[in-house]
Amino acid sequence: MGQLFHSVLLIEEKCRGCTRCIKNCPTEAIRVRAGKARINAERCTDCGECIRICDNHAKTAITDSLSRLKEFEHTIALPAPALYSQFGREVDRRRVLAALMDMGFDDVFEVAYGADIATFLTTEYLKKQGAKAPMISAACPAVVRLIQVRFPALIDYLIPVDSPMACSGKLAKEMKAAELRIPKENIGAFFITPCPAKVTWVREANKLGSFPVDGAISISDVYGEIVKRLPEISPSHPELKASPVGVGWGRSGGERIAAGISKSLVVDGIHNVIDVLEQLEMGKLQDIEFVEAQACTGGCVGGALTVINPFIGRMNLEALVDKSETRPKLRDELTEDLNLEERLGEFTIKPDIVAVPAFRLDQDVSRAITKAEMIEKVVSELPGLDCGSCGSPNCRALAEDIVQGLAVDTDCILKLREEIEILAEQLLEMAKKSPPALKEDSKEDSAFSKPGE
Amino acid sequence: MRLEYHVSGRDFQAAGGAAAKTKRALRQIGIDAETARRVGIVAYEAEMNIVIHAYRGTVGIDILPERVIIYADDEGPGISDIALAMQVGYSTASEDIREMGFGAGLGLPNMKRYSDELKVTSQVGSGTSIRAVINLPAKEGS
Repeated sequence: MGQLFHSVLLIEEKCRGCTRCIKNCPTEAIRVRAGKARINAERCTDCGECIRICDNHAKTAITDSLSRLKEFEHTIALPAPALYSQFGREVDRRRVLAALMDMGFDDVFEVAYGADIATFLTTEYLKKQGAKAPMISAACPAVVRLIQVRFPALIDYLIPVDSPMACSGKLAKEMKAAELRIPKENIGAFFITPCPAKVTWVREANKLGSFPVDGAISISDVYGEIVKRLPEISPSHPELKASPVGVGWGRSGGERIAAGISKSLVVDGIHNVIDVLEQLEMGKLQDIEFVEAQACTGGCVGGALTVINPFIGRMNLEALVDKSETRPKLRDELTEDLNLEERLGEFTIKPDIVAVPAFRLDQDVSRAITKAEMIEKVVSELPGLDCGSCGSPNCRALAEDIVQGLAVDTDCILKLREEIEILAEQLLEMAKKSPPALKEDSKEDSAFSKPGE
Repeated sequence: MRLEYHVSGRDFQAAGGAAAKTKRALRQIGIDAETARRVGIVAYEAEMNIVIHAYRGTVGIDILPERVIIYADDEGPGISDIALAMQVGYSTASEDIREMGFGAGLGLPNMKRYSDELKVTSQVGSGTSIRAVINLPAKEGS
């Protein structure tokens, strides 16, 4: 495996080297060096916090462009439910889908329907599993990555069910390949994504093996094109398969409603998620059965690649949920037509989710302990202002960087000032010293008598 | 290495801080996730015991290559019947503490469950001392 791919990226010329992003990164993955932010690939979870916080818009996300459609014989757009939330309260899903097709896709497959499938798979999994402890949804890739990096003890509690995106890609390709009698490899499925973490997931999954989604195009990139087409376009797409519940996955709380588990905890916003995961790791909240955790405030409608305000997006999506037609036969369709009960194994996250020890100080435990001790010592000597001027997010992080040889203590401007003060005092002391040739009644005088005495 | 945290009785806002900092150190040292979780739980319960029952105290963590030792020493009312306090569901926490969702009588039992050795000594009217040991799993191949 080569260098870890990350969607979140810095635009060098826009970065002014301020400390906003380093201080807001939930995994302390960013440092400012030589006036520019640097992202540590191992620690980054692609949550998008730095994209949101940067006033200079120096953080961006690598996504796929529409030009990639050319690579495939047949293309399918997989729009995230959050996409619908971007176009007001009265939007017609069929028009949004038609606009996507007009932009060059041969087909569309609603990820909201994939969400219906993921709901089914999740409830089946939890039924089989039995309620042994709070189980955590793995639908938000930034949360999964956060758990890998910061809460490895919770990996076993992730529900290893494919995300709505992956479910959609798999089914969409299967159906089209059969219908058109072409190999699945000739079909390109592109997720229309609200967040960079999904882009990373798609890229990494493709690196590790075959994955049913080939690329991810950002909502912000297609937004203008869709808005332009909406007034004119006729709702060409035939029947809509996704249920209102599936559409509702686009905002936080949607999964809980879908899974229908009363003892559920819904948390959104990365810092809130961390707080809840801390408690889960400490053995709290054991009476909860299901945890829906989303890195973005408001859920996917608040993704860093969306256009409108997350709360307005939420309102729009809820209006859409209310007016979407129910699908009373959905369960039969999933169990009988798609035979999902027999195919649970196929819709499991592969490869297994494993811990990423991005915070480890040393491979060797004894050496790591020594380093940790040094960190405590260095931290006690730093001012504790957590100002970030050194380029590390706080004094403790600077202490870690110093012990790891990535920084020196005079990177701290207060430390530097102290040293300068000492040096200045020494200079003053030295400046007061005059050579004997200039000094009056110096000790040495006694040995030499003045002329004429 | 030794970490030490002062804990104030009734300071629910800061509660959990010592355990969270301990977990951070364990993650850096590269202690395996499951052991780190056990240490986190024991440290949290030790911290909460002081917050709920005592006036003030200290939680200390000794991290050694082969084991982690958690100390909790407090100035507080002490425990009159330690065997009883070790039983699941037994608690002397007041009604207002229970209403806050604490004091379910799981503190000491949880500490016992997640540690390899647990020693509780107490003097009524003066305070309680707890020492819990969690062994690290032997390294593979050695």
